[in-house]
Amino acid sequence: MTIPALAPTVRAPRLTYRAREEIAGWLLAGPWILGFLLFTAGPMIASIWLSFTSWDLLGAPKMVGLANYIRLFTDDPSVWRSLRVTTVYAFTSVPLAVGLGLLVAMLLNENIRLQGLFRTVYYLPSVVSGVAVALLWRWLFSPDFGLINAFLAVFGIRGPAWLSDSNWALPALIIMSVWGVGSGMVIYLAGLQGVPTALYEAAELDGANGVQRFWNITVPMISPVIFFQAIMGIIGALQTFTQAFIMTDGGPKEATLFYLLYLYRNGWVYLKMGYASALAWVLFIYIMILTLLILRSSAAWVYYEGSTRR
Amino acid sequence: MTPISLSGLARSGTGQSKITPDPAPRAGFWASRRRQQAVRFLFVYALLIAGAIAVSIPFVWMVSTSLKNLGQVFLFPPQWIPQPFVWRNYYDALTVVPYGRFFLNTIIITGISIAGIMLSSSLAAYSFSRLRWRGRDVVFIIVLATMMLPTQVTLIPQFIIFRNLKWIDTFLPLIVPTLFGTAYQVFLLRQFFMTIPLEMDEAARMDGCSILGIYWRIILPLSKPALMTGALFAFRFRWDQFLEPLIFLNTPRNFTIALGLRLFQDQNLTNWNLLMAASCVSMLPVLLTFFFGQKYFIQGVVISGVKG
Repeated sequence: MTIPALAPTVRAPRLTYRAREEIAGWLLAGPWILGFLLFTAGPMIASIWLSFTSWDLLGAPKMVGLANYIRLFTDDPSVWRSLRVTTVYAFTSVPLAVGLGLLVAMLLNENIRLQGLFRTVYYLPSVVSGVAVALLWRWLFSPDFGLINAFLAVFGIRGPAWLSDSNWALPALIIMSVWGVGSGMVIYLAGLQGVPTALYEAAELDGANGVQRFWNITVPMISPVIFFQAIMGIIGALQTFTQAFIMTDGGPKEATLFYLLYLYRNGWVYLKMGYASALAWVLFIYIMILTLLILRSSAAWVYYEGSTRR
Repeated sequence: MTPISLSGLARSGTGQSKITPDPAPRAGFWASRRRQQAVRFLFVYALLIAGAIAVSIPFVWMVSTSLKNLGQVFLFPPQWIPQPFVWRNYYDALTVVPYGRFFLNTIIITGISIAGIMLSSSLAAYSFSRLRWRGRDVVFIIVLATMMLPTQVTLIPQFIIFRNLKWIDTFLPLIVPTLFGTAYQVFLLRQFFMTIPLEMDEAARMDGCSILGIYWRIILPLSKPALMTGALFAFRFRWDQFLEPLIFLNTPRNFTIALGLRLFQDQNLTNWNLLMAASCVSMLPVLLTFFFGQKYFIQGVVISGVKG
């Protein structure tokens, strides 16, 4: 991750001020640091320990060694199914969001009128989220009376049963995710507006066509932004929960059994706190590995202007 | 709408192909560069308008459904204009379950959270951007790392801690952790504070202003837009939060709107008109804050997205 350069600090005239600054610095950052220790760092350590125990919230946790992990990898097909579902979702919805968001941003970046209005309209869906949106899309995907199948019927297509069809439930959730491309679009638009016009003019003089300009100027110039969006998007998508919980409850036939939903069930429905902790750590490590892989690959395709950014 | 005005992102004429030499003209309709340009713009507008319609339809459909009677809800092909308009749906949707109670609960939780988040985060951001102390850069890297940290790892131990404190089924698990500040807001505010010239601090210090005085009299007043952005983002996130309330709250009288909607869904499985009315009402506060604070929203997305 890129750490923005820290501000040049002032040389204090008196030592006492320096000392006061040191103390005040720790004190003011103190609440956040304390909160981090209490609600993030502490629980993370506790979670490692819990993952080696068996515990149903009654009595004391029982040490079981690696049993949770062994079961998870060798004796629980739902783990693999949920990992697959979640990965497929993340690696289709995020590229779609990046591609479409970039497309809309490029269209808006043409000198068009009402740019602000368009931007608002496209951004609006990503302002709302959660249960209300999930309910809305359940209704849109309704097989017999939903708007989406009504639209398909206009073209004589008989739409699938979407959320109640195990082949179409996951694609339905991916389609729904596309509705939120607006948040990425706003960011790409800002990035595009920072690309120097001179680059395009020079390329045009050299006879580069639109496609060449896109791949050789636009993409490299805003690749850091795309990269950051892709990473944050994938991390977020791997933790999808609400849609699956409200719209499909993991079904049909575990076709939308998202990992976090499975974790929730183990923890708060079956009350297997140790096993759920092990599940949490497996997802955590999986996310870290994916992030590292993307980071590694970034050297090949992310272009940082100047060398200050990395 | 308002242009993005932070840190040189200001929109200045960035027309990509304004100063281009005309290549040797060819004969026929396409000869003129102007015409080519016009067709191109027509194409761009057509795509943009089609996309804008597609993106807005779900909202329109939600409102339309919320005003229909059940007979009309299940018409095929669907009708856009309800006949008659059943305004009563909203009354029914809000009284079948104690919606007022859910609203109040959510307002209490988000209200206190936002106040706590903004106070603690702005103090930490001030410390990270203005004060020199040993370990600062390391701690700031931890702030950045926590933004990317998947929350599920901490969820179970947090649940156990709050259970031992007998806080389950109270608002405390949803409020207390936020009072310590949140990484996203710390980061956002720090980025903004860095853009305030250091000369301001120095001048204030010459005049005898204390460290906290500089924070309160110089930094905060100059950072109103960023504080607004941070607060709006906290609001949007807390308002829609679902997993945490689901885990920490049990009895309906303590439910937030998100949980209330789910309860309502279970009770009214096919009453789509009522479900849409309830969804509509629960989206309204966030949509309204977006319309009034759009500038801040978009700045927030841009700061955190571009400079990450």
